[in-house]
Amino acid sequence: MFYREAGQYFGSYVQDRQLLPLRQDRIGMALMLAGAVVVVPYVASDYWLSAILIPWLILALVALGQNILMGYAGQLSLGSAGFMAVGAFACYNLILRVPGIPFLVAVALSGVCAAAVGIVFGLPSLRIRGLYLAVATLASQFFIVWALDKFGWFKNYDTAGVVTAQHIVILGHRFTAPWEKYLLILAIVAALTLAAKNMARGSTGRAWMAVRDMDVAAEVMGLSLLRTKLQAFAISSFYCGVGGALFAFAYLQTVEPSAFSIELSFRVLFMVIIGGIGTILGCFLGAGFILLMPVFLNTVFHAFLGKAVDSSIASALEQVIFGVLIIGFLIVEPLGLARLWQLTKERLRLWPFRH
Amino acid sequence: MRVDSIIRRGLRGVLAVATIAATALAATPAAADEQYFGVPSSRVGPYAAMGTGYYGGIIDYLNYVNLKFGGVNGVKLTWEECETEYNAARTVECYQRLLKKGDQKMVVFDTLGTPGAYAVIGRMAEDHVVLAQYGYGRTDAADGRVWPWVFNAAGHYWGQIAVKMNFMAQQEGGIEKMKGKTIVHLHIDTAYGREPLPAMREICKEWGVRLVEIAIPPPGLEQQSQWLQIRREKADWVTFWGAGSGMNSTAITTAARVGFPRNRMVYVTFGGAEEDMIPAGDAAKGTYVAANAAPGKFPLIQDIEKVVYSAGKGNMQNPERVGTVYYNRGVGAAVMWVEALKNAQRIHKKTGKTVNGDEFRDGYEALDISDAKLKELGILGMSAPFKMSCTKHDGSERFRMMQWDGKKFEMLTDWVAAPDPKFIRKLIEDSAAKYASENKLTPRTCSS
Repeated sequence: MFYREAGQYFGSYVQDRQLLPLRQDRIGMALMLAGAVVVVPYVASDYWLSAILIPWLILALVALGQNILMGYAGQLSLGSAGFMAVGAFACYNLILRVPGIPFLVAVALSGVCAAAVGIVFGLPSLRIRGLYLAVATLASQFFIVWALDKFGWFKNYDTAGVVTAQHIVILGHRFTAPWEKYLLILAIVAALTLAAKNMARGSTGRAWMAVRDMDVAAEVMGLSLLRTKLQAFAISSFYCGVGGALFAFAYLQTVEPSAFSIELSFRVLFMVIIGGIGTILGCFLGAGFILLMPVFLNTVFHAFLGKAVDSSIASALEQVIFGVLIIGFLIVEPLGLARLWQLTKERLRLWPFRH
Repeated sequence: MRVDSIIRRGLRGVLAVATIAATALAATPAAADEQYFGVPSSRVGPYAAMGTGYYGGIIDYLNYVNLKFGGVNGVKLTWEECETEYNAARTVECYQRLLKKGDQKMVVFDTLGTPGAYAVIGRMAEDHVVLAQYGYGRTDAADGRVWPWVFNAAGHYWGQIAVKMNFMAQQEGGIEKMKGKTIVHLHIDTAYGREPLPAMREICKEWGVRLVEIAIPPPGLEQQSQWLQIRREKADWVTFWGAGSGMNSTAITTAARVGFPRNRMVYVTFGGAEEDMIPAGDAAKGTYVAANAAPGKFPLIQDIEKVVYSAGKGNMQNPERVGTVYYNRGVGAAVMWVEALKNAQRIHKKTGKTVNGDEFRDGYEALDISDAKLKELGILGMSAPFKMSCTKHDGSERFRMMQWDGKKFEMLTDWVAAPDPKFIRKLIEDSAAKYASENKLTPRTCSS
């Protein structure tokens, strides 16, 4: 009932090919964006903005980068946290060493730096595939974090190796309040998500998917494997780099290599798998699940069991339940949370009938 | 359709859980005479032994003050826990979550971990929260002019390394004998592991000691190559800077395997506890450890056992751990919170009332823990005496050296200070000044 397309006719190809062809989707998206821009900054507390929404948006962006490479182009990669580290350190150094550089330019350039590094580490993808490629990209993770640790220049010779990120200043305005940072990040993430969606459904995305499904066939059809694969690596790393810069500047407020450990790479990978491989929506759902579920469990456990059960057991139980939930979701829907949403939509279309 | 019913059932479950969470998140109104503390504990993962002991000690002491004295001048102490997993990003989340509870605001935050401390250190001045680094964290924060909101009541890593170098020199028979010796700084590859290096490099240069820095990537459960390298370098001493009982005991067992004498290894405060030694078994015998909180059943610890544990309200899952290094360190940290709270109530004439962050900060800065005070508190010998001031935001900079005898720690020295405190102080002030100029901060002026 809610998702009936009846009565909606397309008079031109432009209408037919638009981003959200269904009126209900357009209205829903407009309401959601309006809510995110207008309502959320007013309603949400500082805790929700700075500890939940900001990291969620940023990690969704990183998951998007990972998904472009893994879900669309089919190149299994494990180096997303490494590319985030490149972005974070590039942003720090650009602001430190280039006087008067605008923040947004610095963020974009850190994305470009990450993309350049991504291309270098993407080169092995021309010769190896699948799990072997994942192992090869693992090298990028270790190498980047090691190099950032090893050479003091990156950290401006800070004795402790943890540098404080500079303030975010745009057009003379300093972004300190959580709602300001939230809106800034929302704008960046929304723009990059739109770009990703358009890439994924355009010729670029079709080329990625052709390579993913069978690279020999794609080559026979005239696609340059070199170009397509490296392009996917570059764009993916760009997203990770921007995400890393935002993660360091708007969330952690420190720039430190150990924040971008292999563990974070795995978490990003899980976000993509749980959310849905090869979907844009899945990145947001997966990031939400992996990031927020432990926090949610912790809150619930400490509120209800904290007094009754020993807190060490409660903390351990949280991890057990989190693990069980991941397994449960993958059994119920191996295609991820995005697929669950799709099934719900199909059901809403038929509702109140069953078939 | 099967999937449908699963979704439907799942949705119902999600809704139920969401309702529960909403009630949980809803603020509980606090009575006027309560003082709220946020406890960012780390009870799971590789650093669990440290977290359970330390935060267990903190919670037990807060409980003890409530049970024995009815709070601080009638102000009941309340607290809320949050699990950080010793992870910087989770620490930031916990910090934000604990910051406000009902109409109360957190006044002090203690991350028990250098990575977490670095992640929140920039937020303290804005939010008016004291960062109480109890023997860890950013060392140059000891300069109170640049870091008004950060304190270290238990001595920092630069002071600690100076004390250890001095101890080695004593064992060798004087500083002049150290010339030409080789010290390996074997550390976990994080900010925490590198923290003592600036001071250590300077001292080694002055003494003519060859310093070799070897890093172990976390979690550090495999150290064979590092210890073989230590053998090759023909190290005379190893200063070990690890984290987590797995890594700390692995170092001992690996040292035993390559035949490096344990009584040439000096452990860091956060790696030298019973939980780090016991897993290594007999191999651990002879290991030296620097302590900022001595283990043992001091009068206060005995009283906690009597008041809290006999009432069945103890926080430690294993009551045997009461009186161990990590536990006592937690008690020491909580004692400083409560003493600061007493000071704050006195200074701002709010006896019997809740204090805010600014008032608590003044109270913490006014901490004057003399031997007499320690005796009164029942922890003489457990913590070192010290006095803070507007410029000086660190504790005593004194440590006790102890040695593991296979079953327990044996205290070798009383509180010993670094041979040249002025030198360490100068390093701190230089580093803080560099930070201030990089971040365009104007240090406040202090009269003392």
